[in-house]
Amino acid sequence: MKTYTNTGNKDTRSGFGAGLEELGKKNENVVALCADLTGSLKMDAFKANHPERFFQVGIAEANMIGMAAGMTIGGKIPFTGTFANFSTGRVYDQIRQSVAYSGKNVKICASHAGITLGEDGATHQILEDIGLMKMLPGMTVINTCDYNQTKAATLAIADHDGPVYLRFGRPKVANFTPENGEFKIGKAVELTEGNDVTIIATGHLVWEALEAAKTLNEAGISAEVINIHTIKPLDANAIIASAKKTRSVVTAEEHNYMGGLGESVARVLSENAPTPIEMVATQDTFGESGTPAQLMEKYGLNAEAIVKAAKKVVARK
Amino acid sequence: MANIAQLEDMVTQVRRDIIRQVHKVNSGHPGGSLGCAEFFVALYQEVMDRKEGFDMNGEGEDLFFLSNGHISPVFYSVLARSGYFPVEELNTFRLLNSRLQGHPTTHEGLPGIRMASGSLGQGISVSIGAAATKKLNNDNHLVYTLCGDGELQEGQNWEAIMYAAANNVDNLIVSIDLNGQQIDGSTDAVLGMGSIRAKFEAFGWDVLDVKEGNNMTAVIDGLNAAKAKTGNGKPICVLLHTVMGNGIDFMMHTHAWHGKAPNDEQLAEGLSQNPETLGDY
Repeated sequence: MKTYTNTGNKDTRSGFGAGLEELGKKNENVVALCADLTGSLKMDAFKANHPERFFQVGIAEANMIGMAAGMTIGGKIPFTGTFANFSTGRVYDQIRQSVAYSGKNVKICASHAGITLGEDGATHQILEDIGLMKMLPGMTVINTCDYNQTKAATLAIADHDGPVYLRFGRPKVANFTPENGEFKIGKAVELTEGNDVTIIATGHLVWEALEAAKTLNEAGISAEVINIHTIKPLDANAIIASAKKTRSVVTAEEHNYMGGLGESVARVLSENAPTPIEMVATQDTFGESGTPAQLMEKYGLNAEAIVKAAKKVVARK
Repeated sequence: MANIAQLEDMVTQVRRDIIRQVHKVNSGHPGGSLGCAEFFVALYQEVMDRKEGFDMNGEGEDLFFLSNGHISPVFYSVLARSGYFPVEELNTFRLLNSRLQGHPTTHEGLPGIRMASGSLGQGISVSIGAAATKKLNNDNHLVYTLCGDGELQEGQNWEAIMYAAANNVDNLIVSIDLNGQQIDGSTDAVLGMGSIRAKFEAFGWDVLDVKEGNNMTAVIDGLNAAKAKTGNGKPICVLLHTVMGNGIDFMMHTHAWHGKAPNDEQLAEGLSQNPETLGDY
């Protein structure tokens, strides 16, 4: 079984900050807007090096989204930065009308997504954002798994013409994808090859899926781990091919099972290759305060939960 | 300076276009549209520096954003009469497969539209963004916006109004259609806003009144005065005092025609008060 090495824990938001800073140098049309969370979003370097292209909007996310939409008129490529909760639910109508329906080239970059935001609790831990954003026609939805991939995705979305939701997080997590690796929007990444079960994971759950695959391997279950960084458009072919081979699927995401990756996978498979599925996700609940590790355990979002789901779905074949 | 009589003739024709569009599909918003006919004609025929044709980026020309998108009939009429698309297309207003959607949109590729609007309160933010890009591109042209007065009840406006003053967005002219009416009644009755002038001034805007917002000369003078104030570190607000339903006597001074279409007799009466000048579509 192919194994991956954690080159040192890093936060995905720092990958965004590094990517944005590189874009600042490479592409003079890239502008950045932030709603009073410059440090949290790791946008300080862009701000320091490109002050004329950095827009501090204050605690006013609706205005930020509207401004970003307007800035595209004349050729700028705006990247907005705030927490996932304030990037989506708070400004849904602004995104819907001024960005998505208007077809504007805005990149909505959302940190502190999911339950691993931790101690701040449920007011800040959005578990519904993937659903909200994938419902918008024309919106590309990306959830990256580690520092390197977040940096690569940040660079890639600047070259994609159209609105994008880029979701990443707060905690330091394993960094295991290649440095300066290629990021193809909409292309699944097969991490391990397996025959007994397919684990389709996104975001922070990808590393957990790899850990789960090791445990499963020791138990004689060969798991194929697929990293779905792009939830929309979904790489249906990769999912169908793997499901046909393994005949059982686990999806894993830091999001409500309603509206998330799991439901998208279930739709693709029910239409093309009906397959038993178990979803590792939050169960239609709000989060709460706690450390990221405690919350991942309590809400069943870690490697252990994935192992359990895999055994269950294999038994259902 | 254009001949005022010619511009007024266009206003009369635009009024005909407005009520004919709305009558045909028995839906749409004639009241606010009629109140802003002079503003739109002045803006597109006299005040704005516009290029030939249309491209989305609008570099090297002034831009206009309509925030209160429900007054699409006047916007469509003036865009068509200004050459953005054939006037015959006004026949398709609100019909299936039309580029003239109920509220303006970029989605169907109608020339002249740069942003969807309809869900209220978003136009000033969008305009600030477009104005910021103009500055980054060293483009000295201006950005114009129109908002309804009732629309100012939306909170996003005040985020935008605060931002524009704090960041010296001085290539932006926001006009407020001060007709004092909204769907449920007068703005004072629905949600009194007190002095809109005092609010804009308190936020740090340069405010000027156009007391006769349905007088072509007054509108042109007011917008030119606003233009002269740009580039001085402050965003500009024009308080455009208009009469909802202006130019059709039974539609004036009431919110009743905010979103209601005239019947056949009312259409005939409205048209008789506004004789054909440039030719009906």
